[in-house]
Amino acid sequence: MEQKKGFKLGLNQKQGLIGWAFLSVAAALIIVMNFYPMFRGFLFSLQTGVGANMEYAGLFNYRRLLEDPQFRQTVSNTFFYLAVQVPVMIVLGLILASMLNSKNLKFKGFFRTTIFLPCTVGLVAYSLVFRQMFAVSGIVNTIAMNIGIMDTPFNWFGTAWSARLIIILGLLWRWTGFNMIFYLAGLQNIDQSIYEAARIDGANVLQQFRRITIPVLRPIILLTAIMSTNGTLQLFDESVNLTGGGPGITSRSMSHHIFNAAFQGIPQIGYASAMSFVILLFVGTLAFIQIKIGDKR
Amino acid sequence: MYVFLSIAAALSLFPLIWAVISATNANTDILRGTMLPGTHLIQNFNRLTELTDLGRAFWNSARNATMATFISIVICSLAGYGFEIYHSKAKDRLMSVLLLSMMIPFAAVMIPLFQLTANLSLLNTTLGFMLPTLSTAFLIMLFRQNTRTFPQEMIEAARIDGLNEISIFLRMYVPTMKSTYAAAITITFMGTWNVFLWPRIIMISPESITMPILISNLMAGYVADFGVIMLAVTIATLPTIVLFSFLQRYFAEGMTGTIK
Repeated sequence: MEQKKGFKLGLNQKQGLIGWAFLSVAAALIIVMNFYPMFRGFLFSLQTGVGANMEYAGLFNYRRLLEDPQFRQTVSNTFFYLAVQVPVMIVLGLILASMLNSKNLKFKGFFRTTIFLPCTVGLVAYSLVFRQMFAVSGIVNTIAMNIGIMDTPFNWFGTAWSARLIIILGLLWRWTGFNMIFYLAGLQNIDQSIYEAARIDGANVLQQFRRITIPVLRPIILLTAIMSTNGTLQLFDESVNLTGGGPGITSRSMSHHIFNAAFQGIPQIGYASAMSFVILLFVGTLAFIQIKIGDKR
Repeated sequence: MYVFLSIAAALSLFPLIWAVISATNANTDILRGTMLPGTHLIQNFNRLTELTDLGRAFWNSARNATMATFISIVICSLAGYGFEIYHSKAKDRLMSVLLLSMMIPFAAVMIPLFQLTANLSLLNTTLGFMLPTLSTAFLIMLFRQNTRTFPQEMIEAARIDGLNEISIFLRMYVPTMKSTYAAAITITFMGTWNVFLWPRIIMISPESITMPILISNLMAGYVADFGVIMLAVTIATLPTIVLFSFLQRYFAEGMTGTIK
């Protein structure tokens, strides 16, 4: 009896070790490629200078960014995108998903595939398509003038608000279908009979949506909210390729600004690292708040 | 409901259709607002290959994305399997730490990662290109969650039959989890084919140019020909759309497993 127990423990230990072997490469890579650079980046953010001549400067970079109007502008741009795009996209994704989940809908597969299709297009590629569509001589102006909404072509990239609007439209186009797929997957786990019971009890569509769909999907909504927040705070490709950050820097994102500081012209490694730590702080704080709200309700 | 869905579908399709149609038209026709396929495709293609190193960029992207996808899926599926099948308190704790890496914005690591890559002399190389995506918490999580649907009894039975742990993984797990692998391949290939910021930083030489950088340069170079740019965009998008249309069926299944 005693011996048998010892043998079993030995086997479990052996399997435990094999488990560690299976996951060790992946875990080590994440530590070396994510946590270690993050730590290095933090050290950089406390230094100033160029190239090999870096020296410790304490919180100098952080004080500098508080007073930097350019950085502030890119922070407020990014948060504007976040505040408009993420909620609109989640609501749209939920509406589309619950429509696609209804039992007697025809062409279900066609709608699902079509609405998801933008997610297969690269960020740079779609940025260029949108840039061409909204160009002064682009198709949007042409159509609008043909219908008679506008008399003269509008320069969409000429004013701050229209440029930002186009970035938001682009993000919505690219990502709504992606979120929808998550919600749809979640909805398919709900037994249709719950909805039937609710209908018999006299609940209308809106009530069903609020009382059944939203509560069941809450963990998935939380997941997508965190992912989208994270993604939008890191916005880069669209800022560079869709609006070029312009006019001026009025549509430039934080990551675009950091990229310029670190890799364009004289490299400001310390300052760029400090700015990137501010993004990290934002991502962490917002994820924390979202998890708290998501748990409470 | 049909009206709403049709509008959503039309808005989703319009930019894509417009891009493809524009790729076949001359610039002057596009500016006139044509919505019909034209006959300028060959001329646009010739002009595009004149202006850019299209073949090289396409090959680089294909090679980089394929290798990155293959290696990261091997690494991450092994890890997802290890975390779930042999799970223990310590492993679960490590997983939650690794998940935190999803919160780290790329901007916060790109400068040290660039220096690391440069120090290892991996600038302009496929390996350098792959470094940040070789192992991602998202992919590990995808495999770990989906592994929950894999019957433990199969493993027990295989052990009794005398199969070792690696053979169980290769011969029983991999074939059973096809849809998870399909979802992982789709996501990873799309990500690595389209990635822009990281190659913008490390693929400095013209020989290592990738498709996203090529089309971005085309725009920045003030090529005022819509048809040429839209053709480049179409070519850059084709591989991911083709891949998705093949793996679509499995993709939804694999994603469903992730959020269960």
